[in-house]
Amino acid sequence: MFINPEEILETIEMIEEQALDIRTITLGVSLRSCADPDGKRLCQKIYDRVTSAARKLVPVADGLSAKYGIPIVNKRVAVTAIAEVAEASDLSDYLPVARALDEAAAATGVDFIGGFSALVHKGITPGDERLISSIPRSLAQTKKVCSSVNVATSKAGVNMDAILRMASVVKKTAELTSENDGVGCAKLVIFANIPEDNPFMAGAYHGSGQPDIAVNVGISGPGVVRAVVERYREADLTQLSEIIKKSSFKITRVGELIGREAARLLGAEMGAIDLSLAPTPTPGDSVAGILEAMGLEKTGAPGTTAALALLNDAVKKGGAMATSSTGGLSGAFIPISEDLGMIDAVESGALSLEKLEAMTAVCSVGLDMIIIPGETRVETIAGIIADEMAIAVVNRKCAGVRLIPTPNKSEGELAHFGDLLGFGPVIKVNSFSCSNFVTRGGRIPPPLTSLNN
Amino acid sequence: MSRAVVTVVGEDRVGIVARVSSALAENGVNIEDISQTIMQDLFTMMMLVTVDESRIPIGDLQKRLAQVGGKMGVHITVQHEDLFRFMHRI
Repeated sequence: MFINPEEILETIEMIEEQALDIRTITLGVSLRSCADPDGKRLCQKIYDRVTSAARKLVPVADGLSAKYGIPIVNKRVAVTAIAEVAEASDLSDYLPVARALDEAAAATGVDFIGGFSALVHKGITPGDERLISSIPRSLAQTKKVCSSVNVATSKAGVNMDAILRMASVVKKTAELTSENDGVGCAKLVIFANIPEDNPFMAGAYHGSGQPDIAVNVGISGPGVVRAVVERYREADLTQLSEIIKKSSFKITRVGELIGREAARLLGAEMGAIDLSLAPTPTPGDSVAGILEAMGLEKTGAPGTTAALALLNDAVKKGGAMATSSTGGLSGAFIPISEDLGMIDAVESGALSLEKLEAMTAVCSVGLDMIIIPGETRVETIAGIIADEMAIAVVNRKCAGVRLIPTPNKSEGELAHFGDLLGFGPVIKVNSFSCSNFVTRGGRIPPPLTSLNN
Repeated sequence: MSRAVVTVVGEDRVGIVARVSSALAENGVNIEDISQTIMQDLFTMMMLVTVDESRIPIGDLQKRLAQVGGKMGVHITVQHEDLFRFMHRI
């Protein structure tokens, strides 16, 4: 037989016991053709465009899942940044556009639709302004719409005015969705160096350098990596890196196979394979679980950043060998919700916000699904965002911040966001003020890229 | 025609090969290669088969064989061969 029995059984074990799956197929759809001075016509064009482009997405994904016997968990759509599409319209508020996107998502059966977005790292246009003002009500009044705003790049620096603005948007969004512990904020990411082809929500949007329609795939394999790391307890760190690379290669090949097939069947271009380890609440399918299998008592213990650096690098090296279409976020996800090991680390006091921030310096995803006390001040939220943006800008990498100031909850309490977005504990926030710093506004200039010492 | 890998894992008992083979034959599926072994005390059989997907798509064959396997207490999966080629071959 051309493939040996051990290899076949290894694949089946990965899928059935280690939760290997395709986390998402995300169809990037350009909405550039939808711009219209009439707001109603704009919304109709957007609805028609999304429902036509994504009509076959769910059946195609389900068909591939059956053919290869591998779960494809989420089907999503990412669109052109709405601030750019809607700016020419007579709408003063973009809530109707968010509704059109939500209806299109429901009609096509996709889980989420991303791209209620603006890029404001160097300044804000009238369309950006209207979009940002519309975010809280749009996220409160739609189910599937996700929003992202890019406030910093390594070329433009960090736009502190935009950060302060977004901090109040975060706060307002949490308040408008207080009955579900501020779930609106779980659909909002503030970015530095936002990727144009990211398949993962809530930060997916279809960037301006992308083709008309593209298929982007996010893989998920923390359970597989954890299992091999556990199997090789005696391996030194060099050997461990080799072992993780091999696993990552195999996981990524599945994404490559599904991506190619999906693109062919959907008449779209093959976009990016995102080499991220995306955890799920399934026991064992945890990034924290990998770090702990590497030898940490709990994630957050000294050594955590080093372990994560090794893991992230090995995943990328193995994945880069498996596909030439790397893109998206491509890093280890370390959300506090969705990952049972991370939840446990916070609850046991091993993992703090400051340690998480250090970890994001070596993995590209940023502060993800961080639940903070509802009473946290807007200026403090801005300070947390600014710190993360600075890390990303200086390191010339992407980072997103998804903070949830859960109304009426304080440190140690649990917040629940429903089936899709999980739950997690409220983490402690440093109570000293940064107000006089963040309210100065202006822009932190881009960093020098020479004199690297 | 598509090639797929049928995997049967479970406790060894009389008639597993016969029942799986006849279910395949009923659906016009040709067995090209077959190997069986005992791994970790479990009966493990792998078949490379050719499926006429205009007659039965691989996903439907999976459902059909899952029923057959359920009656015998063994676990059966059917997956297109490309999955294994992609994962295990450079």
